[in-house]
Amino acid sequence: MNFKRTLTALAVGSLLASSALYAETAYVSNEKDDTISIIDLDTMTVTDTIDVGERPRGIILSKDNSKLYICASDSDTVQVMDLATNQIIKELPSGEDPEQFALHPNNRHLYISNEDDALVTIVDTETSEVLAQIDVGVEPEGMAVSPDGTMAVNTSETTNMVHWIDTVKHELIDNTLVDQRPRHVEFSKDSKVLWASAEIGATVSVIDTTSRKIIKKITFEIKGVHRDKVQPVGVKLSDDGRYAFVALGPANHVAVVNAKTYEVEDYILVGRRVWHMEFNQDQSLLLATNGISGDVSVIDVSKMKAIKSIKVGRYPWGVAIKP
Amino acid sequence: MAALLGSSNAYSEIEVNISYLQQEIDQGPVLSNILPEPEDAGLQGAKLAIQDSNTTGRFLKHKYQLQDAISDDPQVLLDKAKAQYEEGIRYFVINADEQTVRKFTDSLGKDALIFNAGSSSNTLRRQVCQPNLFHTMPSRAMLTDALAQWLKAKRLQKIFMITGSTTDDKAYSNSFKRSAKRFGLSIVEEKNWSFDTDLRRTAQSEMPLFTQHRDYDVVFVADERGDFGEYVLYNTWLPRPVVGTQGLTPVAWHRVVEQYGAAQLQSRFQKSANRWMNSKDYSAWAAVRTVAEAVTRTQTNDATTNHGYITSDNFQLAGFKGRKLDFRSWNGQLRQTIPLVHPRSLVSSSPQEGFLHPTNELDTLGFDQKETDCTETRK
Repeated sequence: MNFKRTLTALAVGSLLASSALYAETAYVSNEKDDTISIIDLDTMTVTDTIDVGERPRGIILSKDNSKLYICASDSDTVQVMDLATNQIIKELPSGEDPEQFALHPNNRHLYISNEDDALVTIVDTETSEVLAQIDVGVEPEGMAVSPDGTMAVNTSETTNMVHWIDTVKHELIDNTLVDQRPRHVEFSKDSKVLWASAEIGATVSVIDTTSRKIIKKITFEIKGVHRDKVQPVGVKLSDDGRYAFVALGPANHVAVVNAKTYEVEDYILVGRRVWHMEFNQDQSLLLATNGISGDVSVIDVSKMKAIKSIKVGRYPWGVAIKP
Repeated sequence: MAALLGSSNAYSEIEVNISYLQQEIDQGPVLSNILPEPEDAGLQGAKLAIQDSNTTGRFLKHKYQLQDAISDDPQVLLDKAKAQYEEGIRYFVINADEQTVRKFTDSLGKDALIFNAGSSSNTLRRQVCQPNLFHTMPSRAMLTDALAQWLKAKRLQKIFMITGSTTDDKAYSNSFKRSAKRFGLSIVEEKNWSFDTDLRRTAQSEMPLFTQHRDYDVVFVADERGDFGEYVLYNTWLPRPVVGTQGLTPVAWHRVVEQYGAAQLQSRFQKSANRWMNSKDYSAWAAVRTVAEAVTRTQTNDATTNHGYITSDNFQLAGFKGRKLDFRSWNGQLRQTIPLVHPRSLVSSSPQEGFLHPTNELDTLGFDQKETDCTETRK
């Protein structure tokens, strides 16, 4: 009897321990359902679905992981969700049609691209004050702030440019012409290079952030997939500086790029119309949203394989993971 | 503004003038006149493209201006174009019928770039071979191929055809017959619509008799101006879907297209024109954007340089159709997917899955290299 009880206690204990270790939570925005799916990464199941504003797309965590910022595009607002209660506690002025955004390392300034208005809006998340609105190209989309906090960049899909913004003066300082329909931008950890995907151009440009010139253009080729279906969107760089992962949209693959040589090393088969990606904390897993199949692929980074797909809502768009 | 420029100071100032000329075409009286085509169809698309291009242009110090004219007299438009050519304008977006487009290609200098954004004429793609003529409007062949592929994919093989009385209707029908042959559909009956009764009152009694036949899978209607076609739906002898110019319709563009970022183009257009964007608007938009895209990349307003760029492998237009668009080298036609729509929803988009082509699946729509007389002249 005693023996059995000890076992049970042990089992419960180790379960608790493991969930304490691995209880990471993924948040996925469902563009056509106006919801956020919450996934327990321990069990890899959806534990809750939260109603949010209309057409949620870009989502990011606050630096202390206590809040989730949600671009509710058709509600023309950025919603703030408290992750302790999963309640929307605040709405920030975002300008019209916010699509993607980036949080400055100071954990206060949110840089938002306003797709319909050719603007970048900078909002103070504490005071809800709009600090600046900056004119950029047609259909601003990708947003990123450099890890050193000195610059922000925005891409405009129809103007085909990367716009460089001074984060102190809140002014546009330069523009770099890239290929057709630039979607997403990611800085390297040392802020020295910027990766910019071009959906229709089917390339990823690697840009030197000092000269703001393109140093390498990466192209993709997947056997059995027509080149026109190769449409790079999301980009994620691993912290160890080894890999860049590029989501290739309707090609239904994620490309694994060597971040030093810029050679494409592998293509991982995922769901249909793969869009954006996020790592878990130790970067052993990479989650990718698949818009058309309505699920999330979980990629095991050591195996470079999708090990599971998790059904979420309609048109999953963005993903954020809380450790 | 100084802040906008930064190191893009390297760019020199360029002013680009684009002419947009639209022929008003009298369609004659039609029965189904409840929702007429907007009079500025085409013009508003060109205007939006100018706005889009100027937003890009201000970062590069490029300025785009539209010089537009609308007239029902082709000669007025032609005189206007000649005067503009004399002033140095080299980019012309023409929204007119086949005959008028031909006059433009005959009378403007060879260094002018002419974009046909109005006529779907198959002849213009097969026999008019001036290397400076481009087509952003899909040909009828592209439209009917798009439809025939879908019918084949749905196994709707037996077709009952109804053709209206105008030359355009006959051209649409002939184009469909070519497509039917190409994709293995069988036409079980062909009828011409020549009635002049007021169908609004009598469609329910007349149309079933008119469409009486042993068996068919689908009714094809060729009624481009929208005279009687709307009254075929739900009134056929056998309960069958209607496709063609009414019912399920192949188009260059329609309000229901919203994938691949199209929702953004739709909402920009709605905001600027206060109505929905249609195929003519899209074609004019694509023509102006083609010029602007070339200027952005070549950094010059020189028409010959830009002609070279547009016809090169480097040219690509982001046209909100899910893939990059470019021009066929053999006849200057803009390759594009064709949405198949009904008034409230997108049903499908061609090329259909499984219709293969050795070089580009988009070339399963319309005239392939071997089907035009122009291959040599355009080289």
